[in-house]
Amino acid sequence: MYAQLVKSEGKKSAEEMSPEERAFQDRVDRGEKIEPKEWMPEGYRKTLIRQIGQHAHSEIVGQLPEGNWITRAPTLERKAILLAKVQDEAGHGLYLYCAAETLGISRDQLLDKLHDGSMKYSSIFNYPTLTWADIGAVGWLVDGAAIMNQVPLQKTSFGPYSRAMIRICKEESFHQRQGYDIMMKMAQGTPEQKAMAQDALNRFWSPALMMFGPSDKESVHSAQSMAWKIKIDTNDELRQKFVDQTVPQAEYLGLSIPDPNLKWNEEKKGYDFSEPDWTEFFEVIAGNGPCNRERLGARVKAWEDGAWFRDALVAHAEKDAARRAAARVAAE
Amino acid sequence: MSSEWPLWEVFIRGQHGLNHRHVGSLHAPDAEMAIKNARDVYTRRNEGVSIWVVKSVDIAASSPSDKGPLFEPSNSKVYRHPTFFSIPDEVGHM
Ligand SMILES: [Fe+2]
Repeated sequence: MYAQLVKSEGKKSAEEMSPEERAFQDRVDRGEKIEPKEWMPEGYRKTLIRQIGQHAHSEIVGQLPEGNWITRAPTLERKAILLAKVQDEAGHGLYLYCAAETLGISRDQLLDKLHDGSMKYSSIFNYPTLTWADIGAVGWLVDGAAIMNQVPLQKTSFGPYSRAMIRICKEESFHQRQGYDIMMKMAQGTPEQKAMAQDALNRFWSPALMMFGPSDKESVHSAQSMAWKIKIDTNDELRQKFVDQTVPQAEYLGLSIPDPNLKWNEEKKGYDFSEPDWTEFFEVIAGNGPCNRERLGARVKAWEDGAWFRDALVAHAEKDAARRAAARVAAE
Repeated sequence: MSSEWPLWEVFIRGQHGLNHRHVGSLHAPDAEMAIKNARDVYTRRNEGVSIWVVKSVDIAASSPSDKGPLFEPSNSKVYRHPTFFSIPDEVGHM
């Protein structure tokens, strides 16, 4: 999802655990929240840094494909809405960075790891937004998939992460609805507009399914993360839920899901559908998606171009503090 | 050469008459910028009427291992709760 392929460690059995680890697991099992200064297994801390960091990076990089259309939104109202939406994503990134920092990694370290490629962001943001309908598809499908994953994470065991998720979820449904609203407008518009909406759905459907990551039913990493309650559902469960929720929404729009194998399965009370192309997924994760270089390049450039400004503000703050201190001494 | 901006804890008064509540933290070079950033990060939907910021390093906190000695003494003092005392119905509301 926003955090895909997060490496954890193999799940430990009760006998393999130290007394501290067992006491920790009991707290998690009882539904207690773990707070930053409390004892936690090193693997828990490390996995959370990777997961929350990747989630934060996704929010920040995720501003780029949508930011692409702010200056070209079709009306002033749409522009204002998109601006507010993209600003929310920046806020979400900031909540999450703060949560990650409570685990003992600094903001600059997190950003360095994004910039040097050692930490990832969601594969979905390496696809281009070619038309205005893509902005609709992103809000509807990408934010929709994000919500699927984030709602259960509100109950995650790590206090700061859980609280960040609660704030984010409160703001997220605006994102999905504004996207769907764009899709409705396009789908009910001229034949050309409807074709654009269908084209956006065609291009974003499969990448949206990939957001949940490959099947992890058998993954030991996932088993440990689930025991720690930093992962709540399996990737397949979330993907199924997403498909079941999205198909009727596409039907309402009069658009068709680009999957010939999509079929209602009465027995499982859900849709059968084709697996996305996992070779493509791994290529995108490895840095070879359509926009990887552009996205990361934009982040690195923004960071480097802003360095003098960040430094200037620090210099100003230091001078100001010195001036105040001197004035205090003089007054005494 | 670049030094990281310090971390600030942000407290927001949601409405007149309520306490300021901790909502999260952020990085900023100084207090003035911290308040401006807090406005953008934590009150995009009209969540507050007042903001406090304080440098995270200036906060002193109790340690999780002190939880017992700090808070357990109050466990045995049930008489601090009004429900400890039963008042006859005839007395009326008290
Ligand atoms: Fe969003």
